[in-house]
Amino acid sequence: MPIIKVEDISYKYSKDLVLEDVSLQVPQGAFLAIVGPNGSGKSTLLKLILGVLKIQKGNIELFGQPIRQFKDWQKIGFVSQKANSFNSGFPATVFEVVLSGLTKKIGLFKIPRKEHKKKVVKVLESVGMLSFKDRNIGELSGGQQQRVFIARSLVSEPELMILDEPTVGVDQKNVQQFYEILEMMNKQLGITLILVTHDVATVTDKVTHVACINKTLHFHGDACEYNELNEEELSSIYGHGVQLLSHNH
Amino acid sequence: MISGILQYEFLQNAFLTGLIIGALAPLIGVFVVVRRMSMIADALSHVALAGIAFSLLLEKNFIALAGLNPLYMGMTFSVVGSLFIEKLRNVYKHFKELAIPIILSSGIGLSAIFISLANGFNTDLYGYLFGSVSAVSRTDLQLIIIVAIFVVITLVLLYKELFLLSFDEEHAKASGIPSKVIHFIFIVMVALVIAASMRIVGILLVSSLMTIPVAASLRFAKGFKQMMFYSVIFGEVSVISGLFLSYYLDLAPGGTIVMLTVLILVISILIGKIKTRFA
Repeated sequence: MPIIKVEDISYKYSKDLVLEDVSLQVPQGAFLAIVGPNGSGKSTLLKLILGVLKIQKGNIELFGQPIRQFKDWQKIGFVSQKANSFNSGFPATVFEVVLSGLTKKIGLFKIPRKEHKKKVVKVLESVGMLSFKDRNIGELSGGQQQRVFIARSLVSEPELMILDEPTVGVDQKNVQQFYEILEMMNKQLGITLILVTHDVATVTDKVTHVACINKTLHFHGDACEYNELNEEELSSIYGHGVQLLSHNH
Repeated sequence: MISGILQYEFLQNAFLTGLIIGALAPLIGVFVVVRRMSMIADALSHVALAGIAFSLLLEKNFIALAGLNPLYMGMTFSVVGSLFIEKLRNVYKHFKELAIPIILSSGIGLSAIFISLANGFNTDLYGYLFGSVSAVSRTDLQLIIIVAIFVVITLVLLYKELFLLSFDEEHAKASGIPSKVIHFIFIVMVALVIAASMRIVGILLVSSLMTIPVAASLRFAKGFKQMMFYSVIFGEVSVISGLFLSYYLDLAPGGTIVMLTVLILVISILIGKIKTRFA
């Protein structure tokens, strides 16, 4: 059973059609990159999957359930482009931010217990941020902040994690480290990942699947097959000359 | 004053009320500040004034209502005002701050009408505007204790939701937190704390006791809990020393307390500046 099943989704903002008949499936344990130029509708697709936007045409199933009936949102973690929009003056420590990821799980009117705090420590360790736990979140670099936000999602033990251009505003060195954490999550923790990015070159050797979207779905399949696409085919997706960098590992 | 506190009931009332609001106002103020709602406290305190004026007017015209504590009406008005602010913030989605001047001036307008209908008031009203040590009655104190218990328990129980809502509203909504209900409870708490605090610090200055201690601790607090801790300490120091000073120097307690919070703020800004220069 695929974790996500998108069928014939079309979406319009007033009159502009941003998605047209998009269908794709995400198997359990996959690491899917959704790539496409700015304004290609990839964020819209994400919002539809997360239930933030209502479906106009087509169907979406999450964990085998139609999205309208889906209630288990705790199974899904979400990381946005926080490094950009974040109020860096907010007086919260790294520990407090990650603990807030457990708010829903702990439940209304309940106070976090020791086991919850232990979980936070463990997750911070796994993303290499434990030594920063008492620092204010605003004092950290963009890359470090983004790792904290990953930890905040991880702490509630999601089965699926969706990341919307998480590396925007993060410097190159930290981007590498960031992808290593994603790989660890995917391979060691078995979390299914969906990464939305326009940074095609960096991701193709990390992910298992690629979906190219520019209003319609142009390619959906194995990452290896994607690497074999030639420049002409890529141009048809991006509309202009795109260079596919090769990775020599 | 210490011997006075033991001796006179009105001083006991003032001192205990001061102890309570010195902690309560900054505690709720922390959330008010980080949610960028500082001005809302101002608007609500002016609506509370309208409630007080209305109650004094009723008292003057209906002898049967003479025993009614104006604080009740002040609280009712400020809670209703908080609901209107929420409504207006939804009406003007892109100009949310508009709700504040609208409600604030409505509050002052109503107060002015009630005051003129009653052909002006005695010194009572002055006490409500700038705070008073001698005016706190036993029933005021009892009401304030009830408000304090309600607010503290609610803050403890909803702490993590309020924190998440303040830190990242989008994430709070996405993770299924009932954000609207919690925001509603929060704004009612703000209205109650304002009404509870105005006896001592006065309507015109009540928002400063909510925001200035928080502004001072924002300069150096590590984390949210620490900020709450320092804010409460600063609030208590200002209120207690302000009450003593105003008692001995015969000053309005509200003004004295607020100027002490400002003094603490200036010191904490200066310390921060010196620290960064020599760091």
